[in-house]
Amino acid sequence: MTKIQEFVKEQADVYGRRRNSLMPILQAVVQKERFLSEEAMVAIATELDLSTADVFGTASFYTFLDTVPRGKNIIRICKTITCHMKGKDAIIETLEDMLKIKLGETTSDGKFSLLPANCLGWCHKGPVMLVNDEVYPEITPEKAVEVVHEYLKKTK
Amino acid sequence: MENKIKKVDLIFEKVDQLAILDKSFKRSSDEIILDVIDSGLRGRGGAGFPTGLKWKFARNEESDQKYVICNADEGEPGTFKDREILTQVPEKVLAGMALCGKAIGATEGYIYLRAEYNFLLPMLHEKMREFNQQMKDRNFEFTVFVRSGSGAYVCGEETALMESMEGHRGEPRNKPPFPTQRGYLGKPTSINNVETLVFALMIANYGPQTFKELGTFDSRGSKVFSIAGDTPKAGIYELELGMSLEDFVNEFGDGDTKAVQVGGASGFCVARKHFKETLIGFEGIPTGGSMMLFNSSRSMYNILHDYLEFFEEESCGQCTPCRVGCQQLLKGIEAVKRGNKSPAYLETLQKLSDTMRIASKCGLGQSVGNPFNSIINNFREEIIY
Ligand code: SF4
Ligand code: FES
Repeated sequence: MTKIQEFVKEQADVYGRRRNSLMPILQAVVQKERFLSEEAMVAIATELDLSTADVFGTASFYTFLDTVPRGKNIIRICKTITCHMKGKDAIIETLEDMLKIKLGETTSDGKFSLLPANCLGWCHKGPVMLVNDEVYPEITPEKAVEVVHEYLKKTK
Repeated sequence: MENKIKKVDLIFEKVDQLAILDKSFKRSSDEIILDVIDSGLRGRGGAGFPTGLKWKFARNEESDQKYVICNADEGEPGTFKDREILTQVPEKVLAGMALCGKAIGATEGYIYLRAEYNFLLPMLHEKMREFNQQMKDRNFEFTVFVRSGSGAYVCGEETALMESMEGHRGEPRNKPPFPTQRGYLGKPTSINNVETLVFALMIANYGPQTFKELGTFDSRGSKVFSIAGDTPKAGIYELELGMSLEDFVNEFGDGDTKAVQVGGASGFCVARKHFKETLIGFEGIPTGGSMMLFNSSRSMYNILHDYLEFFEEESCGQCTPCRVGCQQLLKGIEAVKRGNKSPAYLETLQKLSDTMRIASKCGLGQSVGNPFNSIINNFREEIIY
């Protein structure tokens, strides 16, 4: 058994093998690996007795269940209305510059992905950035750089 | 200037929620439900269905198993009140769920939390463990669980939310059957917004009269508003329902407010000349609580463009009027702006958005016409030039 197959099996032991265990298991894999590899999806399909197409079809519906490789840290910038009004463009430009990638891409060392998000629920404190599960409201270009530096230090 | 906005403190007020439950557990389901009906409470997620009736329908269903779901999947740009409620008074949300459980005869409750709020999970799990123990100590059979969303706005729609909980794509179901008849796992389910559950608890605490005395005939009570945009007072406020938009702007505007988007991206855009006659509430413009203010430095074209991009990305794609409609509206205003289409094309697009209202399966597709038509009607020249 490969590592990921083992992990999926463990999760299925925790959450069960019924259809309504699918989301928690998908979420657990993404939490650990940052994305759902083909191998992981096949393993989940096998454990839950579903077709792989069904697992992929479900996963690909959700923005937070990535099916392409992502960096160890996922930076999401809210691009919706109020954050737009409060200057999200400057944040994105600064981070694109710093990380040498475009919005939607992952750095070549695999440490960061920079993704857009649709309203993070902090519209009174825009612009807002989410790194993994951590939220950073009222961000400025300088603060954004600082935060990313912190993660850089923490990420091997 | 006289301040006509009335602030209220029912949602965030600290109460002894266990004492309220102890009192309520001694009453019959019917008594609890009657109070909620009598209070006039309507769902605070936006749709405004009478909460007491929903509970009554769920109660009247025969079933070996029923569920309570707390819908914490707010994702409407401009809306962030539920996050604040969950952060400040999670105990009251849990107690509201147990009250609903008692009223309809459910033994399990689920909080469906949007993925963007995952940072709340450790705290919620902690509160939940505590709460589940407290219910056990009282010999009241009710257990709460938390489920996470995965970043899909449409899952705020109640049937899409249940599809997602069952492990499927979050595609809205046909109604009927309604969730109170066949909901989560096919069982009768009362699905309520975070804020609604807390109000229900407060009605159990103070009685329906206190709540009924607030607001207007159609819009009873108070409501938590999330205020953002061009305002010096962005944030969360609990206000009595039924105020005029003019009073609202006097209180929260920056002196240069040219438009207010009432009810989030799926709500209506009201222009300055209509502030006076516009009432915030079910007799005027209903709202899940989002109020976005725009001053004269803003281009309404950009704002409409942002909204349409949002809907185009978040449409679940299941039905054609919504899926294709959103794309066409977006392409359409871009073409008019560039001069590739004549301004008269805007009327064609408005007809399309009317069609979407009639022919779309769920609230997402049905409500795209609200911002679209109201912005085009009020700010036509900004869309064209
Ligand atoms: S209206 Fe839009 S979101 Fe709703 S079911 Fe149809 S395609 Fe999906
Ligand atoms: S618009 Fe950015 S958090 Fe809501």
